Amino acid sequence: MDKKWYELNGTYGDVIISTRIRLARNIEEYPFPIKCSAEQQQKITDKVKNAVLNSNSVIAPRFNFIDMNGISATEKISMVERHLVSPEFISDQNSKKGLLLLDDESVSIMINEEDHIRLQVMNEGLELEKAYETAARLDTLLDESLSFAFSQNLGYLTQCTTNLGTGMRASVMLHLPALQNGKAIRKLSENLAKLGLTIRGTYGEGSEPIGALYQLSNRISLGISEKTAIDNLKNIAMQLASQELAARAEMNKHISVQDVIYRSEGILKSARLITNAEAMKHLSFVRSGITSGLIDNISLDTVNKLMVDIQPATLMCKAGKQLSSQERDEIRAKIIRKELA
Amino acid sequence: MLCQACRKKQANTHIKNIVNGELTELLLCSDCAEKMGYGMKLTNMFDLGSLGSLMSGIMGEATTSALAAEQHCPKCGSTFSSIAKSGWVGCSECYNVFYDRLLPSIKKIHGNTIHTGKKSSAANNTEPQTSAVSNKVNRSEQLKAKLKDAIDAQEFERAAELRDLIKELEQGGM
Repeated sequence: MDKKWYELNGTYGDVIISTRIRLARNIEEYPFPIKCSAEQQQKITDKVKNAVLNSNSVIAPRFNFIDMNGISATEKISMVERHLVSPEFISDQNSKKGLLLLDDESVSIMINEEDHIRLQVMNEGLELEKAYETAARLDTLLDESLSFAFSQNLGYLTQCTTNLGTGMRASVMLHLPALQNGKAIRKLSENLAKLGLTIRGTYGEGSEPIGALYQLSNRISLGISEKTAIDNLKNIAMQLASQELAARAEMNKHISVQDVIYRSEGILKSARLITNAEAMKHLSFVRSGITSGLIDNISLDTVNKLMVDIQPATLMCKAGKQLSSQERDEIRAKIIRKELA
Repeated sequence: MLCQACRKKQANTHIKNIVNGELTELLLCSDCAEKMGYGMKLTNMFDLGSLGSLMSGIMGEATTSALAAEQHCPKCGSTFSSIAKSGWVGCSECYNVFYDRLLPSIKKIHGNTIHTGKKSSAANNTEPQTSAVSNKVNRSEQLKAKLKDAIDAQEFERAAELRDLIKELEQGGM
């Protein structure tokens, strides 16, 4: 089976795990989702579905339609864990939601999210231009048959004014264990705000998110072109990557840090029960160890894949049944031992 | 409801997230939300929904003065006060009907009120942008590109000149 984007290591992969481009679009004909009746939501779902599946695009046959009202809560949460849909998309049970998912899970089109359409393109590593090109192509294809709400002054019209203009949110997921350790992120986030960017934890809240995984994204979409927004983000992401690598090299010279890294490898290879938070913490250390040349028998692909596979809902989806917390910890430990063997 | 992080200020930002396999909801004050990279007073993030109350904060003042004559959007029935309260705009027509009243908050959020970038195919059917505005936008984009080059080349004096030019251009009645 071909690997999914979130199981691979890409460009600048030592620090930059993945790239995502999201476009918000609404169909001119209908009111925005909060003002849509159930009947209108159904019509929007059908229209978007047909626009994609019946298009002449070579990519069309590779999309699958998923009725979100017809799948289990666990499957929905697993989709968030795999970064395919937003938490918002699965939290509201009252409206008709549909998802068009590309076979390799690198493109997802959420229907009736905060806007009629949220088109997401995801890639491993730093691939902002490539992801945007794919998103723009699909956007043009959809616009031909759906006709999007657009104004000359305000650009693409969205339910929330924060998405006006390009409707684009570009983001990269970064692994920043050394910068997190040096408490540099808080200071950084203040400076980033001035540049129209924002940084926050991928998993969990607070100043030290699980696994030292962070999401860096643009927060302004009106008055700035897609290209400029992407250039700015890329520029900062690359600067952060080199700062992180320098800090990591320095930090990992210390025997006390090396001890933590090798102990993490030991725990992951021998634990019989392991919680998600503990596993993520150790995987983060191991990832740092691999990129500093301390660990050479584990690939970054394997770590990236594990960071997704061991998430609770994804674990239960693979197992095909509901599991208690202890059962999950046992299966999680088993999966990790097998992958790292 | 108090902010769940500082437990001091009133919570006004609602954040949804998946933590350890479960959908969690967090109520924060705007300061804590900003510190965590979420709220950023009046700006967006990936997690939605939390903006409603923030938006009503910004648009609140305008609301009181507008209450006297409540105008309804002919397409979806929204009023400006309902938009200000929820933070959600009802439909594309609302942006025409309430344009002048929405503009200040849009300007606060984006620091800008004129779109640059990809255009929808529908753009060809709407009223053409006046060439003066469009020229100004192009000029500003060009200057921004030059500014970026200057910063990359560490020509800071030139960068400062360019920055002032852009500022002048953008404040010049846009």
